[in-house]
Amino acid sequence: MRRVYPNKDVCIGCHICEVACLTAHSASQDVVIAANEKAVTGLQPCKAVYDKGQISVALSCRHCDSPSCVSACISGALYKDQETGRTCYNEEQCVGCWSCLMACPYGAVRRNVTKGKIIKCDLCEGRDMPACVEACPNGALVFESR
Amino acid sequence: MSYVIVGNGVASVGAIEGIRKVDTTTPILVISEEDTPTYGRPLISYFLAGKIGLERVNLRPDEFYVKNNVEVKLNTRVAAIDKAAKTITTEAGEQIEYKQLLLATGGVPFMPPLKGIEGSGVYNFTTLNHAHMLLELSKKIHRVVVIGGGLIGLKAAEALRYNGLSTAIVELGSRVLSAAFDDVAGGLVAQRLEEKGIAIRCGTTVEEILRTEQGEVIGVRLANGQKLACEAVVVAIGVVPSLTLAKDAGIAVNRGIKVDDNMCSSADGVYAAGDVAEAPDMIAQEARVTPIWPNAFSQGYHAGLNMASEDASPHPGGLPMNAISFYGLPTASLGHVNPAEDEGCEVFTELDEENGTYRKLIFRDEKLIGYVLVGEVDFAGLYTGFVRFGLDITPDVKDELIAGQPSALLWPEEEFDTKWTPAAE
Repeated sequence: MRRVYPNKDVCIGCHICEVACLTAHSASQDVVIAANEKAVTGLQPCKAVYDKGQISVALSCRHCDSPSCVSACISGALYKDQETGRTCYNEEQCVGCWSCLMACPYGAVRRNVTKGKIIKCDLCEGRDMPACVEACPNGALVFESR
Repeated sequence: MSYVIVGNGVASVGAIEGIRKVDTTTPILVISEEDTPTYGRPLISYFLAGKIGLERVNLRPDEFYVKNNVEVKLNTRVAAIDKAAKTITTEAGEQIEYKQLLLATGGVPFMPPLKGIEGSGVYNFTTLNHAHMLLELSKKIHRVVVIGGGLIGLKAAEALRYNGLSTAIVELGSRVLSAAFDDVAGGLVAQRLEEKGIAIRCGTTVEEILRTEQGEVIGVRLANGQKLACEAVVVAIGVVPSLTLAKDAGIAVNRGIKVDDNMCSSADGVYAAGDVAEAPDMIAQEARVTPIWPNAFSQGYHAGLNMASEDASPHPGGLPMNAISFYGLPTASLGHVNPAEDEGCEVFTELDEENGTYRKLIFRDEKLIGYVLVGEVDFAGLYTGFVRFGLDITPDVKDELIAGQPSALLWPEEEFDTKWTPAAE
């Protein structure tokens, strides 16, 4: 399956991927309105840029083959789609217990505190290319099979 | 001949998914003494508190069993295993052959030999049926005492309080939650519960459940002589592995059913997973019963893989972890969190009483082996990575972790590269 892979050697830490992710997961699909949705609905990007000195990297869910988040999920909100290989998330089922957030050793699960639900990369369900990959100005994110 | 799984909790679900990863055709039979399809057991506190309806307790969609070619026998108890003939016999007398057998029978609440414990008005809180009973009960009574200040006791108390009951917790230890968390975290949680009107009595125990001559519960008498009035008691002081089946069949047991890395018991073709299994631990160099949810799933999953495949898929080892919120106060605890003085651990804590946040990190041999977080849990997973992967920690990295700034860029370069950026095909 195709996944999003980061390349820290060329990431410039611009955070454009976060903005693109936020917009793609917003109700409005508009970059400015999406920024305002943050305050109202607790919307957050599914990915985060980490910096250390001159090095930056943008990380999100790896869609692991046997994901710790699914093991930890008490509500059935997280599950592995056997056909696509994706680690899927059904927000409706989530009770906000934060077990997955603790269990994921990659720190790839985030919180929407306003909603009391988690936020996790869905590889931009419905789009051909995840928004973060499309938006990256320096090819520091790629969507491919490895 | 089928794979047979005794038990229908999360270890059982993990096993079904593990088996189906390898073998998509051989039938699977699940036998459960409960009368409902699998549900998220920890959700019973959400259900009792009225936060979710029954339609949301399912752990998997309705079509899960059919889609995975699984037959489920509910309301059915297994009476015996014949490991030589590879058969089980149900209490109704039905004999069933198995190809491979998984014992995922979980545990039952421990009931201490208290005076007055026999009779009506005494409850547990580990099944959906218990939640239904307590929900009905809460419409009829006003006061309840919960014995046990562990995770189950506290969640039971919180949920009963949501139903308007006057609720008290009695805990033998000096603080609630002291086993899975620590005293400081327990103190912060206790403070939150008390703010919401739950009474907490620590350092004492219930010596007697007081009843009228007709046998109705009217209160409890504590070891310190005090009496607490109540109409019902919830006993939540621990869960004991359900070992009878295995023991009677001559399968090796200790505190739990003894299994190896592959979740295989002493009997050929018989596996065990979840709260009933005693399996190697990731941090302690010994076998343990680790009765926690994620462990049960992953043990079940690996048991399933191993039941269906010739190639061994060893389980990485049990790792205690608990994430749980009390009235919106989030907490997380993972790994070894209460080391003894002589274990050679370095412990760093930061408590912000004003904001109700707490962070505790436990290091040993330049590795992170456990943590406790209260209030701020957003970085929990990033700490987990250091524990799970046993990553080497340099002094610089340690400083960042202690400062509350974990990051995947603090991983040793090689670990980062292999895990985050594997080479292209």
